[in-house]
Amino acid sequence: MSNALSRKFTPSKVGLAIAAPLAAAIFSILISSLAVIASKKSPVDAFKTMWEFGTTTGSLMEVINTATPYYIAAIAIAVTFRAGLFNIGVEGQLRLGALFSCYIGAMFVLPPVLHVAAVFIVAMTFGGLWAAIAAYLKVKRGVNEVISTIMLNALAGGLSAYLLSKHFALVEEGSNNLQTKELPASAQIPDLMPLLRKLGVEDQPGGGVYGMFFVAVALGLIFWFVVNRTRFGFELRASGLNPIAARVSGVNSKKMTFIALVISGAIAGLSGLPEVLGQTHSYNLGFRAGIGFSAIAVALLGRNSAGGMAISALLFGFLEVSSRALELIDIAPETYVIMQGSILLSSVVAYEVVRRFRLTLQSKELAKVVQA
Amino acid sequence: MSVAVELRHITKRFPGVIANKDVSIKVETGTVHALVGENGAGKSTVMKILYGMQRPDSGEILVNGKEVHFKNPNDAIEAGIGMVHQHFMLADNFTVLENIILGSEPKHGATIDFVGARAKVVEMAAQYGLDINPDVLVEELGVGQRQRVEILKVLFRGANILIFDEPTAVLVPQEVDDLFQALEGLRAQGMAVIFISHKLDEVLRVADEVTVVRQGATVAEVKSKDVTARQLAELMVGSELPKPSTLGHTRRDEITLALKDVSIPTATGSRDLLSNITFNLHAGEVVGIAGVEGNGQAELVEAIMGLRDYTGSIEFHGTSIDELSVADRHDLGIGLIPEDRQRQALMMTSPLWENRILGHQRGKPVMRGFVIDKKATIDSTRTIMQEFDVRAPGPDTLAAALSGGNQQKFIVGREMSKAPALLVASHPTRGVDVGAQGAIWDVLRKAREKGMAIVLISADLEELIGMSDRLLVMLRGAITAELDPAKTTPEQLGSAMTGAA
Repeated sequence: MSNALSRKFTPSKVGLAIAAPLAAAIFSILISSLAVIASKKSPVDAFKTMWEFGTTTGSLMEVINTATPYYIAAIAIAVTFRAGLFNIGVEGQLRLGALFSCYIGAMFVLPPVLHVAAVFIVAMTFGGLWAAIAAYLKVKRGVNEVISTIMLNALAGGLSAYLLSKHFALVEEGSNNLQTKELPASAQIPDLMPLLRKLGVEDQPGGGVYGMFFVAVALGLIFWFVVNRTRFGFELRASGLNPIAARVSGVNSKKMTFIALVISGAIAGLSGLPEVLGQTHSYNLGFRAGIGFSAIAVALLGRNSAGGMAISALLFGFLEVSSRALELIDIAPETYVIMQGSILLSSVVAYEVVRRFRLTLQSKELAKVVQA
Repeated sequence: MSVAVELRHITKRFPGVIANKDVSIKVETGTVHALVGENGAGKSTVMKILYGMQRPDSGEILVNGKEVHFKNPNDAIEAGIGMVHQHFMLADNFTVLENIILGSEPKHGATIDFVGARAKVVEMAAQYGLDINPDVLVEELGVGQRQRVEILKVLFRGANILIFDEPTAVLVPQEVDDLFQALEGLRAQGMAVIFISHKLDEVLRVADEVTVVRQGATVAEVKSKDVTARQLAELMVGSELPKPSTLGHTRRDEITLALKDVSIPTATGSRDLLSNITFNLHAGEVVGIAGVEGNGQAELVEAIMGLRDYTGSIEFHGTSIDELSVADRHDLGIGLIPEDRQRQALMMTSPLWENRILGHQRGKPVMRGFVIDKKATIDSTRTIMQEFDVRAPGPDTLAAALSGGNQQKFIVGREMSKAPALLVASHPTRGVDVGAQGAIWDVLRKAREKGMAIVLISADLEELIGMSDRLLVMLRGAITAELDPAKTTPEQLGSAMTGAA
């Protein structure tokens, strides 16, 4: 009796799993279409243009490159979400992580892999330390981490600009761009073109895929394993699902809060690295802003799960890259922001509906068992 | 006498709870009619239907002979039906009078007619023997008096059919007597009273007629003078009733738990939440902690489990555990059944097998090193479900989908699976049905024989008296009496709890 009922894959369960993302996709396509129609253009043309441009080999590489930092940053945020916390300060943590790892990483030369590892450690240390401020305030003073990390973002922006311009930047004749000393080759991560060529992919004008892609994949696997399969992950999730029960069961809630925020900051520190280690090889004024904020949406859309966030990071990357083609047909490329927003909003609603429906379904199953 | 309200063949499908298959009740005016049944038998659903909170799938409701269809509680109130909820819905910072008129304020032009309302409330209170001062703040009232306010509130709205949902669950014996006197008054005034309970001795004392429901269907309608409590119980469960009792002494020489001068001061420095608690608990012994809720029992549990700072000392097997964390205390062999299962013992949105890990995440069988052993956990969950008769489809079922009684059985099973040397059991059978209650008592009895020491906290005085080797009475954070359960009646215990004796 119970075997038949608890079987993993029944048609209704698979249907439910697909229902939410499908409903969200349809709804967000409708909203985005309205936005395009409002600018007196055909949504069909818009989507077609995006699809055609976005699925070229060069674009797809860019999609992956855009998604890689989103994914790492989303994992950082998910670590706190799972613990019932919200690290909104990834933006500041990744900025400081990138700045210090470029500055310190350029000071010495190590064998290739070791040098990269050293740069990672620096990035994680500074990201983690910056988050530790919020963690300390939360644990010792009860300061809400959402507030403190937001404020630390502003501080990190100012601090990094100050350090770059006054202390870390090379003075270059005839250039307005401020940048740190270039990282030696041993600290750079080669792109994946050689590997892709072997798979029959042709060279593209925009360059290849960042080597950090593999780091992101590895991080995703580690995140999944630690959160779902280890004692630490269990206590982290328990703290998020029911903090009171977690405490009663022996979880030290303050310690858990502290560790979760610091680990989150450390991972966040890594999320600024794909571009600097793979392409620019130094921290400069053009450092990409907003990763930490987009990643919040990526984490939410991906339901804080390793697989879900991978899909949503790629989706966000795809929308961002492919929407550039909208300019060709005279539509504001910022339309993708509307798309991202509507996808997020509709998926949150759809998932909640499905969650309630699933609970009702289980209750009905249960009623049958009880009556039997 | 005429029929005030009648339910005919009510059916209701309701996810998670046994559907009401066929419930019929006939309540006459000027009587107290009891509705009894185990938890989950469908009592609450029937009453929610009668009060307009839910609509039946089929069946008829007749009030004063006329068929009615309630869309919401307002319709029911309109028809003269009132509900006195188990959990009071009163505004603490309002006076009794304000609470009574809240929601149906008599108007005097644009202002509230307090003078008229006050006169009416005073008159009603006298008429029904519900003595109360209308001008005190509700926060100053005790539980029994709050209930009286709830009753007056319902009467003020013109109800002549009153539903009482487990009204004695929150009362001490003396307050129960007062309540029954009030019910007597209501009956004398020609009201129809529906009294929902699973305490059968009370039912027999107060009710004229009794309807018994089991698994969503009416199984008997009897006059209370024609039946005994035992017969009613057998009708309720369909089999014999378990009794809380421990046979013989299994107390051993070794002391499992020793508390010495354990106190918890308040931040403001006024009366201590816990003051100088001292007692020894031997292996194989059950010490029952009696007390009206909120007199330090929860704090005592928190001190023993290390969830709260305290002064004084606690020894476990002769060694001080004062410096140990909650986790350390769990791992030493102290088990806990917390008082509020959903808040303190379950992750409601997680499957049972994950809940199996909670509190046990530092060792076998659920862990292999630092990694969850999912297969062993699921096997262990299944074993617990079988041994403790947890009714759910399987280990993948979400905790939230289970009924309260099944959740409780699961929690008890989870704690017992590690065979703790000491079990702190806070209301271990609260809200579970008679069958599960008997099963839990059985488990505790057997563990006691094997040498487990138990700190038992309960609001069920019969459970306390029946299961304990020794009773400690707590009042305002201190132990005020030690009683021998063999020589104590629930009434005596109740008096000691309120400090009357």
